Amino acid sequence: MHFQSWAEFWAMGGYGLFVWLSFGTTYFLLLALLCYSQLQQKQFKRQLAAKLAREQRVKQYQEQSD
Amino acid sequence: MFKWLHPLAKPETVYQLCGRLYPWLLTAALLLLLLGNIWGLAFTPPDYQQGDSYRIIHIHVPAAIMSMGAYSAMAIAAFVALVWQVKVAQWSVLAIAPIGAVYTAIALITGMAWGKPMWGTWWVWDARLTSELILLFLYLGVIALSGAFSDRQTGAKVASLLAVVGVINLPVIHFSVEWWNTLHQGASITKFAKPSIDPSMLWPLLISILAFKVLMLALICLRLRTAILVNEQHRPWVRAMAGDQ
Repeated sequence: MHFQSWAEFWAMGGYGLFVWLSFGTTYFLLLALLCYSQLQQKQFKRQLAAKLAREQRVKQYQEQSD
Repeated sequence: MFKWLHPLAKPETVYQLCGRLYPWLLTAALLLLLLGNIWGLAFTPPDYQQGDSYRIIHIHVPAAIMSMGAYSAMAIAAFVALVWQVKVAQWSVLAIAPIGAVYTAIALITGMAWGKPMWGTWWVWDARLTSELILLFLYLGVIALSGAFSDRQTGAKVASLLAVVGVINLPVIHFSVEWWNTLHQGASITKFAKPSIDPSMLWPLLISILAFKVLMLALICLRLRTAILVNEQHRPWVRAMAGDQ
């Protein structure tokens, strides 16, 4: 361990602002991309399932009315 | 010799393969990123010239290398899509582009945050920085073009063409620090020469580079699966699978 205390670690030898700005932005952007991509997939799966269910209902109704 | 590649042209096979790989790749990427970054942030000595500000290298260099790696992958997929009309390759182009754009943005932002304390400025129009900015515009161009046509096929083709032509930018980025006088420092690691960085700093850096690479693969798997579903939604195998859930 290079740093003696947590305070020293966060200070980063006076460069704390720049170091944590970099790491913060990086993690934020990566996490945002991951969550967005996962959400996209979940949403599409839900849409598709709803569409298929609707088709199923229409088919059933048509069979009944015949 | 390349027969094993043939099943990879079938969307259903790729969908299942990506689904199986994704959780492992994602877990590995997160563990490697934690290991590499904590090591680099807390367990390496400070640089003798740059103090603790150099620790930004542990995300700046991986993001920059992989922003070019992602572009190569995207361009190869685009070439395969244009020449052999492989659908999965076509969808890969559009799955990779946003990942590359985010990596490029990370490289630029962390570079700015590193440049301010070291060079005294957030931005200069020097060769390395400008060519990396052009890389971001190439990614954004591919994304924009693919959505700019009412016919999705045409859009995808034009986007692939731009991706292939944009490859010319990769050697420019790579050699920019040698061809021109720039503020940007030279390479710390190269394939052929001994690295100009101390081993104690090199190991966490290599682990972080691997982490960014594995994370890229995980994201490609995730995004390609969505693209396959969207494009194959009328096929029986997708309908059968969606009906089961």
